[in-house]
Amino acid sequence: MTGVAFIGALAVWGAGWFLNARLAASALAGTRIVRLAVPAIFGLTLLVMWELLVRLLEVSPIVLPPPTMIADRFANEIPTLWADFVQTIIKGAMTGYIVGGLAAFAVAILADRSDFLTRGILPEGSFMSALPIVGVAPIFVRWLGSDWQSKAAVVAVMVFFPILVNAVAGLRDTTAMQRDLTRTYGAGYWATLFKLRLPAAMPFIFNGLKIATTLALIGAIVAEFFGSPTVGMGFRISTSVGQLALDMVWAEIVVAALAGSAFYGLMAWIEGRVTFWHPSQRK
Amino acid sequence: MKSLLPVLTVVGAILLFWVVSVVPMNMHLTAAQAQRDSLTVSPETPAERQAYSGLGLTLQNPGLISRTYGLERPRLPSPHQVGAEMWDTIFEKRITSRRSLVYHGWVTLSATLLGFVIGTGLGILLAVGIVYNKAMDMSVMPWAIASQTIPILALAPMIIVMLGSIGIQGLFPKAVISAYLSFFPVVVGMVKGLRSPDVMQVDLLRTYSASSAQGFWKLRLPASVPYLFASLKIGISAALVGAIVAELPTGARAGFGARMLVGDQYGQPLVTWAALFGAAITAAALVGFFSLIERLTLRRMGMTAA
Repeated sequence: MTGVAFIGALAVWGAGWFLNARLAASALAGTRIVRLAVPAIFGLTLLVMWELLVRLLEVSPIVLPPPTMIADRFANEIPTLWADFVQTIIKGAMTGYIVGGLAAFAVAILADRSDFLTRGILPEGSFMSALPIVGVAPIFVRWLGSDWQSKAAVVAVMVFFPILVNAVAGLRDTTAMQRDLTRTYGAGYWATLFKLRLPAAMPFIFNGLKIATTLALIGAIVAEFFGSPTVGMGFRISTSVGQLALDMVWAEIVVAALAGSAFYGLMAWIEGRVTFWHPSQRK
Repeated sequence: MKSLLPVLTVVGAILLFWVVSVVPMNMHLTAAQAQRDSLTVSPETPAERQAYSGLGLTLQNPGLISRTYGLERPRLPSPHQVGAEMWDTIFEKRITSRRSLVYHGWVTLSATLLGFVIGTGLGILLAVGIVYNKAMDMSVMPWAIASQTIPILALAPMIIVMLGSIGIQGLFPKAVISAYLSFFPVVVGMVKGLRSPDVMQVDLLRTYSASSAQGFWKLRLPASVPYLFASLKIGISAALVGAIVAELPTGARAGFGARMLVGDQYGQPLVTWAALFGAAITAAALVGFFSLIERLTLRRMGMTAA
């Protein structure tokens, strides 16, 4: 049985790889369909191998549930998953993301008025961005209770520094020539800010916002490990791990992956609308 | 060095804000404690005090301000309490003691470093594969990029349980999570780096009739070094966060994450705060170490940072 399983898995791998190698080497390799098909085939190959190995080797679902079992669980638990999604992503992560982002933005604009502050905040902010800030979670859960408010606070602190650093760096990213030009037009501080410096800062700000999307989800999920009401993705993951219901854990991870990609995709889409003039966005 | 003064000013402002916040944050606890020590507190019952904010209660009892800095279990410890706790657990305890922060730090750090080495090594290998094999590039690269938008950390508790149920415990499961988190930044950075030589440079090597291997060792690999360092700095801090989070939901008994959890569960905020700052200092030291190596290497190679 073991032999059959490995030969079967290898055959699937070989078939998938052969197909991809042919597609990548073919004349169609540059087309949009093939660009999407190749990673899709690769992903599908891995899923089929996973299913095959787990079923044929009779791996216990406590160790690794097969993908079909996860899909089944996902389909049956949609109300629970939706409630967890609302609690963790919408209430926790989104609120924190907006609050942290606005705060970072406000501080960046204030700090930008003084060169002294800018030089203090830039190294400080990049230093803070590298720290394991998610560790403040137990402290915030104690202060603000176990509901979504404490998660939003953790997320706000986590997203604050990357957005701040990028916004401050972006607001400095105008050339002397551009600033002189606006001055010859008689533009004051506010006109320069809104018409020149903020638009010029947008590619940087969106870079920060995109980095922060993943951080926001991580913060909201991990903070729930320290205490939460009986709903939420982090809560579900830690309790399902305790009950050895790993198919539920995987279902939550699928939700997290979908939410993460959608959130990032949304920011990238808005970026494309706002900074359509930037070289990186031109088609 | 000209940003030293501004940086110190900002740090000073943050510390000042912290020190000032201690008073209202701890006032309710302090008032309760003071009453037990039979001092006069206004208003007298805890229920009445609940109606006041921390700030309002402070204005009622200005005499208690100094006591807010000396609580044994404060809501917000003051910097000197955290400092004293850290001094005590880093320098005053034997490093083999369970109460030593150095001991817990090493538990987390060893998992971080092991995972980081594994993740970086595999990441570089995969990046080389992606750059030299078109099928691999087209199949794997979109997933590597997409994985950066996914909160991979959510997998941590499961990986621990999965490995635990097939009998692997201790250091290795944490290292797997660290490896996983440092893997993707390295792949993405190295692919960018190995592709950074421009057409002109590649053509020049071809006119020298250099082989593909020579092109790799003499052009692509050196050109990727600035990108590698940028990824290493992201990877090492991700690896540390991974190791800390891996200690949380599994009831680990040692490590920074375990200390945070213990401090939280047994109501010892100083333990949590000391572990938090210990983790921050470790992260800063690791990133600082790689920045130093980066600066030395790049200067030696005559390059600038990516």
